[in-house]
Amino acid sequence: MGGKTLYDKLWQNHLVDERDDGSALIYIDRQLIHEVTSPQAFEGLRLAGREPWRRDANLAVPDHNVPTEVRERRGGVAAIADPVSRLQVQTLDDNCRDFDIVEIEINDTRQGIVHVVGPEQGATLPGMTVVCGDSHTSTHGALGALAHGIGTSEVEHALATQCLVQVKMKNMLVRIDGELQKGVTAKDVALAVIGEIGTAGGTGYAIEFGGEAVRNMSMEGRMTLCNMSIEAGARMGMVAVDDTTLEYVKGRPYAPAGDMWEQAVAAWRDLHSDDDAVFDRELELRGEDIKPQVTWGTSPEMVLPVDGVVPDPAGMENESRRAATERALEYMGLSAGMSITDIRPDRVFIGSCTNSRIEDLRAAAEVVKGRHVADSIKQALVVPGSGEVKQQAEVEGLDKVFIDAGMEWREPGCSMCLAMNADKLGPGEHCASTSNRNFEGRQGFGGRTHLVSPAMAAAAAVAGHFVDVRDW
Amino acid sequence: MKSFTVLQGLAAPMDRANVDTDLIIPKQFLKSIKRSGFGPNLFDELRYLDEGQPGQDCGTRPLNRDFPLNYPRYQGASILLARENFGCGSSREHAPWALEDYGFRCIIAPSYADIFYNNCFKNGVLPIVLDAQLVDTLFEAMYASEGYQLTVDLERQVVVTPDGKEHTFEVDAFRKHCLLNGLDDIGLTLESADAIRAYESKWRQQSPWLFDVIK
Ligand code: SF4
Repeated sequence: MGGKTLYDKLWQNHLVDERDDGSALIYIDRQLIHEVTSPQAFEGLRLAGREPWRRDANLAVPDHNVPTEVRERRGGVAAIADPVSRLQVQTLDDNCRDFDIVEIEINDTRQGIVHVVGPEQGATLPGMTVVCGDSHTSTHGALGALAHGIGTSEVEHALATQCLVQVKMKNMLVRIDGELQKGVTAKDVALAVIGEIGTAGGTGYAIEFGGEAVRNMSMEGRMTLCNMSIEAGARMGMVAVDDTTLEYVKGRPYAPAGDMWEQAVAAWRDLHSDDDAVFDRELELRGEDIKPQVTWGTSPEMVLPVDGVVPDPAGMENESRRAATERALEYMGLSAGMSITDIRPDRVFIGSCTNSRIEDLRAAAEVVKGRHVADSIKQALVVPGSGEVKQQAEVEGLDKVFIDAGMEWREPGCSMCLAMNADKLGPGEHCASTSNRNFEGRQGFGGRTHLVSPAMAAAAAVAGHFVDVRDW
Repeated sequence: MKSFTVLQGLAAPMDRANVDTDLIIPKQFLKSIKRSGFGPNLFDELRYLDEGQPGQDCGTRPLNRDFPLNYPRYQGASILLARENFGCGSSREHAPWALEDYGFRCIIAPSYADIFYNNCFKNGVLPIVLDAQLVDTLFEAMYASEGYQLTVDLERQVVVTPDGKEHTFEVDAFRKHCLLNGLDDIGLTLESADAIRAYESKWRQQSPWLFDVIK
């Protein structure tokens, strides 16, 4: 028998019970909770007269619905203008109080997008199982954790039992060898991988990202990569623990310290796939070959290098692909053969759990520094992923760089990633967005999303159209 | 979850095929933060003459007097007679939540949509499949006599009509066990509570940094 993969090890470590039907009971170390998918779970507990199994395993933070305008934000929950949003945030506060669960509230400086906050606070750690009622929970796999999104009934299940009933996935290795070109980031790698395997390519698999380019990535980059595993169809993505991981985790508020730190590190050192581990599927990409990516359609797999041209459905043999391409072009208002660099965004959004960490903001600031957004851009939003990211950026003066460039500097939250608050696109508007989903209507009814890296979004803001940031 | 053993109750009709989850509970109610309280909005578009909004007091809304569930003779019904492919459409659990909250513990129909069928069991509602002709007969008998009551015995897997006739139905043994004992998925997992505790104490020793940190 071959060695174990990282996923095999994490699974094995959390196995409570195996059942005859092939399912297993898996122990959950950490549940992150936000306001949208938790209310019915808490109510379910109440109706059944159940208590959370382990309160200290949970951490809550509102993010999807919180306003990001400085003025609206100042008044806290009560000042949220949209009544549905206010009710959801208020309900989270009430539920956390009733069930004695720690919540980072709306105007706490640690507040932010749940997937930015978790690792930042050390609330998610290597070797953990992490769940949250949100599909981008895959982000936390960057720490060498087993992390995936769940539905509301499972949120309740995890709260009540500290376990989930799971079926083991197959193993896939995505190896990015070699070095990335200057200006090419983890976001481009993620999009290139999705372009390669498609949005269903990872279905049924747990993906491990490896190879030299991944080893050389910062933790922020690895989080971006794992974040988008779900867009590749995989509920979870992960990266083996190495020195970069340990350096990142050390000193975080909820991370172990002192002797306990040493003990933890000793255990975490084993969190990598064995040399002789066998994967059910392997994919290799050369880092050097990856160019900055831009999505042109309405699915993340409809992506091209920035020097590409919008595809022509006429030449496509596969009928369903041709139909999908035609539909996407029509929705996006693009014509076949058009250069990607001729696409002109109306708005720019730098933020979301994919790209709102300090490194992302630094990359964007470097591009716009001393420049100004083009006149044709109606709005360029920069929304930091958390209060701590915001503070750090302000210490470095990045806020000034953005504001001087004519961009808006906002309070942390999900914002225009899914347009649940006031930040959204108008019908027909194009957006250069650092988020993760370009589905129809995702960023506002009729809105047209182009997924890109922070540097590419910033460059598009200045130029008024997409440009190759490698030439910047 | 409430257990389901024997139910004797008034039957009421939903006499059309392909009733989808949108008809069972319209989508504006999905914004709710609740899973209870959907009863007043069950079949909202059919029951009321105006368009329902979440959070509204349904007591003051204009009722559609032509909709059978609004007839006095069907008030207090707990068994819903329905037609083919009941519960088709989305996977939302709001549909069984609404039926259960209204007071229906059992549905009898010739067929159901898959996900809805599953969701019923998760929420303490028993969906019974009976032959289409038999369902027809039940509809006729119900229409013919006011106060028409049925008895559903899950243990014995029979529906008993007022004349004492018994009609057997099929149900998956595992689901039957869960429903008889009021075990939802969570209840079921909690049957392994000892195993969870044993695992937890071992894991706590191995990885103490994962415990008692967030409080
Ligand atoms: S930033 Fe977007 S993708 Fe991430 S959690 Fe928020 S809404 Fe979901």
